[in-house]
Amino acid sequence: MGEAIKVVKKEDYIYEVPKTGDMLVPGRIYADQPIIDHLTSDVAGTKEWNALKQIVNVASLPGIQKASLAMPDVHPGYGFPIGGVGAFDLKSGVIAVGGVGFDINCGVRNLKTKLTKADLEPKKQQLADELFRIIPAGLGSHGDIRLTMDEIDEVCLKGAEFSIERGYGLKEDLEYIEENGKIGNAKPENVSDKAKQRQLKEVGTLGSGNHYLEVQYVDEVFDKEAAKAFGLFKDQIIVSIHCGSRALGHQVGTDYLKELEAASRKYGIPIREKELVCAPFESEEGQKYFTAMNCGINVAFANRQALVGLTRKGFSAVFGMDEKEIQTLYEIGHNTAKLERHNVDGEEKDLIVHRKGATRAFGPGREEVPAAYRQIGQPVLIGGTMGTSSFILHGTEKAMNETFGSACHGAGRAMSRKQAKKDFWGEDLVKKLSVQGIIIKGHSMAGVAEEAPGAYKDVEEVVNVMHNSGISKKVVRLKPLISIKG
Amino acid sequence: MGYEFLEHEADMGIRCTGSTLGEAFEEGGRALFELMVDIDAVKPSQAVEIECEAPGVPELFVEWLNELLSQKDIKEMFFSDFKVSSIEKKNDKYQLAAKAFGEPIDLKRHGVKIEAKGATYAGLKYEEKGGMHTLQCIIDV
Repeated sequence: MGEAIKVVKKEDYIYEVPKTGDMLVPGRIYADQPIIDHLTSDVAGTKEWNALKQIVNVASLPGIQKASLAMPDVHPGYGFPIGGVGAFDLKSGVIAVGGVGFDINCGVRNLKTKLTKADLEPKKQQLADELFRIIPAGLGSHGDIRLTMDEIDEVCLKGAEFSIERGYGLKEDLEYIEENGKIGNAKPENVSDKAKQRQLKEVGTLGSGNHYLEVQYVDEVFDKEAAKAFGLFKDQIIVSIHCGSRALGHQVGTDYLKELEAASRKYGIPIREKELVCAPFESEEGQKYFTAMNCGINVAFANRQALVGLTRKGFSAVFGMDEKEIQTLYEIGHNTAKLERHNVDGEEKDLIVHRKGATRAFGPGREEVPAAYRQIGQPVLIGGTMGTSSFILHGTEKAMNETFGSACHGAGRAMSRKQAKKDFWGEDLVKKLSVQGIIIKGHSMAGVAEEAPGAYKDVEEVVNVMHNSGISKKVVRLKPLISIKG
Repeated sequence: MGYEFLEHEADMGIRCTGSTLGEAFEEGGRALFELMVDIDAVKPSQAVEIECEAPGVPELFVEWLNELLSQKDIKEMFFSDFKVSSIEKKNDKYQLAAKAFGEPIDLKRHGVKIEAKGATYAGLKYEEKGGMHTLQCIIDV
């Protein structure tokens, strides 16, 4: 599989994989030269599994529109690359499990406070201890929310609203979540009992791996006008919660990988990679997956909302503040397939837009963007790595024209977990970061080592590609003070 | 007769070998749980019956690992020992019957590492050579 895949520079920060063979559209990669060099070195070797090949495979799926897109944090995924975006025509196009992934609607919620870094510093350790105590995190942890099978169905339908009804968070939060925290077209009857059983105690848990809860401060403001619209100011304390749909989402992914493999054969769609199975969007199988996946989206909404409720309680306990003083800035999802209307070559079309390890980045004027931000474009929340910066950008018109309103989601791994554990010691990292004023609280030191900042691409580089290409513009940079790891 | 972890950019690969197919599957179970916990700390005191089927041997391996992950959540247990009683081909499907041995999750004692989200078809391989069975796949973590 080591055949050469050509990559051509089109303009600064935009590279193209020209249409060849079965490709219906070209590949288009937002990157700088070092990112491209890394990508192509994968292909030149004997690695049978690489992101570039996956970009080509996605470009060959029926009904794909404009281009198979990759964001600068691109790396090998399952079916789609991580950082991959593919939009498909509803009539002639497909829905693919690999275009969403196992952690359905994994995403980021940002909360904004009126506290400053100076307010927080004296109580930093106390807040870290309190958040670590109340946020269920790590493998095998359980939340306080215990559900019955009927109640899980309710979560699948109601999303964030379910958690708010249970006392986790405020009605005001909903306006600032994608889809207002509840996506339609969800059918719990298409989610297996096994998926539901696995989730009974997992609503309101952070998970593990690259999931985290961070207390951060605004380190630099790049765009004063946008920062004002988003309610951000220098040294302000921000909370970022990164997690997903937990076991239910994983099981939906596993279940439908099998179902759509059969569908791919039934509808005669070549399977170029076992994880790239799909079904025509409007087929029975396609709709079954779509409506089950939407349940996963709602479970992730409910999950993050429950964690928001717990976070507010933590801050109240330490700072004696009213819960309303902690507001939702925005929440975005990374692993989704959504119905959206976009302009394709001058024609308004309804599409199913897959974002695998990529975020929505809608520009000004779109009705999906909350009214308060509509003139600027939506906040695009880009998580860094434990101990490094995160960024808030805003969506642009250019993103609407070129990437179906999509941007990158994070730094992207650059080193294997196995290598990271060899190169880094969890305990050493915790000490090193504490010297920089960052408190790391984790249940697993091996897990901390695997998530070492050195194991990821530089988030600044990735964000600068988005900024310089005009897909999303930088608003503020955030730096961590407390990081709770799973 | 053993397992090893393989390099992968974002996730983790496992490769397991056995002198029988069942043994290679058992090693797969051990590799999966070693990824997540210190399996030496998990006492194999309770058994859970596992049954699954798939169209081929490699697919059955993925199915087996994913079934173990489901049972971990549903039974709230970690597993450290595995006994495959049969792998048979019936009506175009491979069927597996096995037992997983472990105990209820004890976060203080089990030395938890990272969570495996799912076994995937990526890098999936099955080989039988000189009486040795080797299976490998990538685990999404």
